[in-house]
Amino acid sequence: MTELLIKNGFVFDPLNGINGEKMDIAIRDGKIVASVNDSRAKKIDATGLTVMPGAVDIHTHIAGGEVNTGRMIRPEDHVKDVVRKTALTRSGTGYSIPSTFVTGYRYSKMGYTTVMNPSMAPLGAKHTHEELNDIPLLDKATFPLIGDWWFVLEYLQKGDLEGCARHVAWMMETTKGYAIKIVNPGGLESWGFGRNVHSIDDVVPNFGITPREIICGLAKVNTMLNLPHSIHLHTNNLGIPGNYVTTLETMKALESVPTDGKPICHITHLQFSSFAGDNWGNMKSAAEEISKYINNHSHMTFDMGQVIFTDTTTMTADGPFEYTLYQLSGHKWVNSDVETETSGGIIPMRYKRKSAVNATQWSIGLELALLIEDPWKMFMTTDHPNAGPFFAYPKIIAWLTSKKARMATLAKCHKKAQKKSLLPSIKRELSLYELAIVTRAGQARALGLKGKGHLGVGADADVAIYNINPETLDIAVKYKTARKAFDSAAYTIKDGVVVVKDGEVVQNVDGRTMWLDIKTAEQIKVDEEMKRKFKQYWTVEYENYPVFDHYLKVPEAITVKASV
Amino acid sequence: MSVINAVTCPICGCLCDDIEVTVVNNEVVKVKNGCAVCEAKYMGYKSEHRIRQPLIRKDGKLVPVSMNEAVHKAAEILANANYPILYGWSSTNCEAQRVGVELAEEVGGVLDNTAVVCHGPSLMGTQEVGIPTSTLGQIRHRADVIIYWGCDPWSAHPRHLERYTIFTEGRFEDSEWKSYLNKVKAAAGKKKLLSAQRAGLSKKAPATVAESVVFNKPPETLQKEGRKLIVIDVRKSMTAEMADYFIQVEPNKDYELMQALRALVKDEELDVDQVAGVPVEYLKEVVETLVNCKFGVIFFGMGLTQSAGKFRNIEVAISLTRDLNMRTKFLIMPMRGHFNVAGANIVFAWQSGYAFGVDFSLGYPRYNPGETTSMDVLLRGESDAALVIASDPGATFPKRAVQSLVKNPLIVIDPHMNATAMLGDVVFPSAFVGIEVEGTAYRMDNVPLPLKKVVEPPEGILSDEELLKKILEEVKSIKAQKTKQKAEGA
Repeated sequence: MTELLIKNGFVFDPLNGINGEKMDIAIRDGKIVASVNDSRAKKIDATGLTVMPGAVDIHTHIAGGEVNTGRMIRPEDHVKDVVRKTALTRSGTGYSIPSTFVTGYRYSKMGYTTVMNPSMAPLGAKHTHEELNDIPLLDKATFPLIGDWWFVLEYLQKGDLEGCARHVAWMMETTKGYAIKIVNPGGLESWGFGRNVHSIDDVVPNFGITPREIICGLAKVNTMLNLPHSIHLHTNNLGIPGNYVTTLETMKALESVPTDGKPICHITHLQFSSFAGDNWGNMKSAAEEISKYINNHSHMTFDMGQVIFTDTTTMTADGPFEYTLYQLSGHKWVNSDVETETSGGIIPMRYKRKSAVNATQWSIGLELALLIEDPWKMFMTTDHPNAGPFFAYPKIIAWLTSKKARMATLAKCHKKAQKKSLLPSIKRELSLYELAIVTRAGQARALGLKGKGHLGVGADADVAIYNINPETLDIAVKYKTARKAFDSAAYTIKDGVVVVKDGEVVQNVDGRTMWLDIKTAEQIKVDEEMKRKFKQYWTVEYENYPVFDHYLKVPEAITVKASV
Repeated sequence: MSVINAVTCPICGCLCDDIEVTVVNNEVVKVKNGCAVCEAKYMGYKSEHRIRQPLIRKDGKLVPVSMNEAVHKAAEILANANYPILYGWSSTNCEAQRVGVELAEEVGGVLDNTAVVCHGPSLMGTQEVGIPTSTLGQIRHRADVIIYWGCDPWSAHPRHLERYTIFTEGRFEDSEWKSYLNKVKAAAGKKKLLSAQRAGLSKKAPATVAESVVFNKPPETLQKEGRKLIVIDVRKSMTAEMADYFIQVEPNKDYELMQALRALVKDEELDVDQVAGVPVEYLKEVVETLVNCKFGVIFFGMGLTQSAGKFRNIEVAISLTRDLNMRTKFLIMPMRGHFNVAGANIVFAWQSGYAFGVDFSLGYPRYNPGETTSMDVLLRGESDAALVIASDPGATFPKRAVQSLVKNPLIVIDPHMNATAMLGDVVFPSAFVGIEVEGTAYRMDNVPLPLKKVVEPPEGILSDEELLKKILEEVKSIKAQKTKQKAEGA
């Protein structure tokens, strides 16, 4: 029995309504408990420090075929950021696509304890899990891409929602996945022959179905299956000027899906879906229109996809969008279509302050995060590494919590972008309490992770302690000090074990991989159908397709009882 | 007797996973669905060339020793080396490769796989221009133009055509095997007729039109609906025999030919009559076929990666594919050789950031082909020890590199007494991955597949993964001892 007592810190635990109260947090055997034996427990003196639940990232591309191809084609990304082997930690390379071990270390140093890999081609699921095993210090989960999976398209086209739901359940279990990921629905199948869809009512060639039907269909399927997270959506027309219209239409379409109050969809990296204008010359922010809609509706959650001014790598299952980026940049271009399931692409990208488009994108992300009033709806991400590497999060924290910080950056941006930016008119500065929502509590709640994102009794003992004294430090003014504090946590505690102290890894532990074991009726019938049809759809055998249990080093199955 | 189905074949990058193996008394007695190479491996893996126990060279001769002695000796060599090479990896599973990266890091060595002598240039080409590609099923379902350039799948990847390309039934494209059969029949008929004419049995005058020595005009079938096969090679390979059109490129002129095609794809005029020995007017017809297809794909082999131009060939082949995407859908894929050569690149990359030629001598991974690959280090004569696993550089490396390799202590891990093992100083027998050991391997399109264990390995024979773990552990303990001694000395 190991006991740990974090004494006297300023605790920010929004899910339990605790806002900076001075209190102790007790831990026993990896869980938060009401109290521990005061004399026996190991103690951490958190006097004058900020204590939060371990941070949660709802959307970060850290493992799998796409990420690794990004690593392979970008030696120039690694050479500038190398990590030495130590007695405790493995060597590696970093920057926009860090090697697996480095990914774990860097997240943990910032106080992160749970991350979601949001994009996994089912056929390559074993690869994703093999890499997740090699990412230490974090709990993880991964979302299979199924918005353009032939079975989904066929069942939805037939109007057979139940059949669709059962196949989705099969896929979730087979790939050891956690949530339904949809990317440019219909567009990826069209991209198989080099085409795309351009509105949610375009018909997908050869399948006679529209993106609207796919999105709403899978949202309903998600409810039927009682999944902990909602559908996780990358919208159509992403990254195209004028696309906010599509985004609004998508959100409106989803109003028709019945809900019991839980959000039914998470639109990810919203920044990329909030462009007004009709070409790159007059592209501007649609944050006002989008946030106005969101402030009046509560059926969805979002994350930022905040742009960071640096050299990074875009990678998404949205093959046609990456092709657009290739046409714009002429840069090295990876396309990776996956039979029967999805597509993918990679383009290196440098976001420049002096580019009007990039600077506007930077502004849009912050405008959205600040204009959307309810922090439980909008979470902090960079869509790592698409809009920037995850280790830039402390910068975003500074921009969100300090007007001074964001105005300092805006002053260095392209004049045109400065002029168009809404940021000068926005006064809001997030408090530490709100920050705890957008970096952990809100993310954990949207993901349906009951033991994460809070410090109530029974929660996983994942804790981050930062060198910030809210009584003496005004983070809106001293944003650089705050940035430093969030960059290297005083302590990161994973399952009750101190893994990081003063920004250095002091203990190596393996995180768990969470996956959904969904119980549906007629599971056997689905198995048989899949077995029968398998050879027609794929080039591998049915027997070799699943991610077997041994592919997960530390598995944590979450049982879900479906209503179909 | 047991019949095991859906076995993944551990031979080539096709990684066919539909093999059915029949086992009686721990012996493979029958193999179904596999090609000739597959069958030969499953039936013949227990040959007399198998190594039966660990060996150490003493007084110039390899003599049997205990496992512990061999592990200690190997670990000592690696722990004492300044700049060891850890080479091979392409015929073992990812689980062993993972341990390999850690071992290379621990001893500060150069980690490299056989890509350095096959598709390393392909990886370098993709580092220049990326790569538009897909999984093989995408090609099976959609491709109507299939190009094999500098490779001969009929011989080297025997089931590639039947499983993934021209002779497979896809959702949107049909198999061409019927028209191929007709072609074969017609050719046979023509042959019979000719021999009848020669024998004077036919009244018809013998055909007088001599076939042009190098070039035929592209046939009309090149513009037909449905799948079309184009082969480009320096010689008329077995695959070329069945192609709709075969382009015989002059040796080492692939680069020129590809650049000419790029120009034509962009509607530019060429001022010459022929490029690389191919008439430009024929090339124009080929380009017509390419830009008008629904979905095209180029497969390329070592005819491109290892001929003049090397990685520049790949860069331009990919650039041609990029250009074609302005007109239609076009993809490209390397024909990876060893069954898990792709896996080695993948594992190395996720742990270190680099796919091959990774140098850990400075305590962190470094990659600079021309400087840090095993071949570079060997040719400079800088390494002072080597571990070779799951490959045979003694038979495949240039002579100077082999001389450099054997000058220093050499550890070999392999099921067979191959050329490298014969040159080794410490030799470990290992179990056959994919026959006696399970694990994971990556197909040429980076799709991971499970390998199966169908029979037990001979008694006392360990897997690559187990052997490497033993060596790694021993290296760590030797190094810890050294540190302790140093501390005590100080």
